[in-house]
Amino acid sequence: MLHLPLFLIFGLICVAGAINLLVQKHPINSALSLVVVMASLAVEYLLLGAEFVAAVQVIVYAGAVMVLFVFTIMLLNAGEEEHTKGSRVALLLGVPGIAIGGVLVSWTVLRHSNTAPVPIGALPGPPKDVALLLFHDFLLPFEITSVLILIAIMGAVVLASRPEAIVRRLRRGEPAQKAQKPEKRELAVVGKER
Amino acid sequence: MSATTTFVILSIIKSVAVIFVLLTAVAYSVWLERKVSARIQNRWGPTRVGPFGLLQPLADGIKFIFKEDLMLPHVYKPLYIAAPIIAVLFSITSIAVIPFGNSLDIPAFHIGSWTVGPISTPFQVAADSAGDINIGLLIILGITSMGVYGVALAGWASNSKYSLLGGLRASAQMVSYEIALGISLIPIMIKSESFSLRAIVDAQRHLQWNIVYVPFGTIAFFVYLISAYAETNRTPFDLPEAESELVAGYHTEYSAMKFAMFFMAEYANMVTVACLATLLFFGGWLGPVFGPSWLQILLPVFWFCLKVFFFMFLYVWVRWTLPRFRYDQLMAFGWKVLLPMAIANLVVTALYEALKA
Repeated sequence: MLHLPLFLIFGLICVAGAINLLVQKHPINSALSLVVVMASLAVEYLLLGAEFVAAVQVIVYAGAVMVLFVFTIMLLNAGEEEHTKGSRVALLLGVPGIAIGGVLVSWTVLRHSNTAPVPIGALPGPPKDVALLLFHDFLLPFEITSVLILIAIMGAVVLASRPEAIVRRLRRGEPAQKAQKPEKRELAVVGKER
Repeated sequence: MSATTTFVILSIIKSVAVIFVLLTAVAYSVWLERKVSARIQNRWGPTRVGPFGLLQPLADGIKFIFKEDLMLPHVYKPLYIAAPIIAVLFSITSIAVIPFGNSLDIPAFHIGSWTVGPISTPFQVAADSAGDINIGLLIILGITSMGVYGVALAGWASNSKYSLLGGLRASAQMVSYEIALGISLIPIMIKSESFSLRAIVDAQRHLQWNIVYVPFGTIAFFVYLISAYAETNRTPFDLPEAESELVAGYHTEYSAMKFAMFFMAEYANMVTVACLATLLFFGGWLGPVFGPSWLQILLPVFWFCLKVFFFMFLYVWVRWTLPRFRYDQLMAFGWKVLLPMAIANLVVTALYEALKA
């Protein structure tokens, strides 16, 4: 009985977080809004009866991915964004796009309006059911997705690894960069432009 | 009384009781830490306030409340205020899903003209109608992974170099060791075939504790224990607040109650981690049970608290015995030793359990 009000409240929080994400000027505020979006999505999953997915959502997205976002923002010491006034392409393509998307969604919803709503808890919630779906019914898509992620990891390793020449120079005990004038870094003014 | 009213009243009573016990435990683990560290260094520790300095935590609490709460001009205010709240919130929340005993069964009794009961409720704050949560372990992992934000944001919002470095170190370290910690627990889940903390404890009956599930449970326990020290930023992994390098790390710029909140969060996290170690590896509340019925209900809770106390003592003991890691050693140890060990243990356990079945 409490499910529907809670579902609506967290839906609103989710949308508000998403809007705030776009409006905020400082990257850390945007990142934290995204955390709110992820967490409220987890609550929505929980209310729909998918408790395992909800827990994984919190652990993976809110707890790990977003922590790395915040970490990067802290590390780069990113300042406030400068917003442009908006591009004409976005206006010309975006507004019709939103209209078409809205029409499609409402058409689908209206077309299926006579079907019975899915009762809460009817979806596969317990870990065992999810595991059966993942490793039995949808094994091939699951494995293909994991290969996709593996490719992404390999790409990251290639991008992050140092070129052979530098590695060889480091082994000989020379500095990685050829001797240049040391860069002037102002370590003391951490976050001054905030 | 209707079932819902009873449920609500019982939940409120349980929440208040558990939070009271948790906060008291937090305060007295600070006392324990000071006392044990003093003994290790051949000193007395707190002795002035009350017998054996037992009222020291109370005095400290009053001091924290009455100290001036400095609001520094150069901080980013919203996050500077939110960070300690986030830290303390997530560290206290996770206690809600921890079961600390079988269940409390009280037959109906009368207070004047009122008939109360019969009451039957599990020793656990949050539980469904069956008295259990089937993803309890995952919820705890999720909440502890959210706890990083408190530390990271405190470091960033303070706008000071020591704080920022402490916050960066803390978040890097917690994210790294969380992986080893999570993977080290999977063999236990495989063995007990459940994420439910109650089911995991029930699978350890007849002294089949997971610590003696040689060698898989034992390896998992040591990987868990070490990563748990790193997760809670305790020595030998207390790089985020290394006082010889960073003044105090992420809470350098905090004073009064806000500083105390970080302190509370750290010790509450220690309690959570100790509870988890007890539940997953040391049989939770299982232990010899005898005597009249009220004793049979309370003894499991006593065994649970005793085991948790042992882990808290171990924490303090380790902190005042071992020196601190260097930062590159810390990262190398986490990624090159603990993580491969946890993964290998997981693979071998999975193979063993699959072949046994």
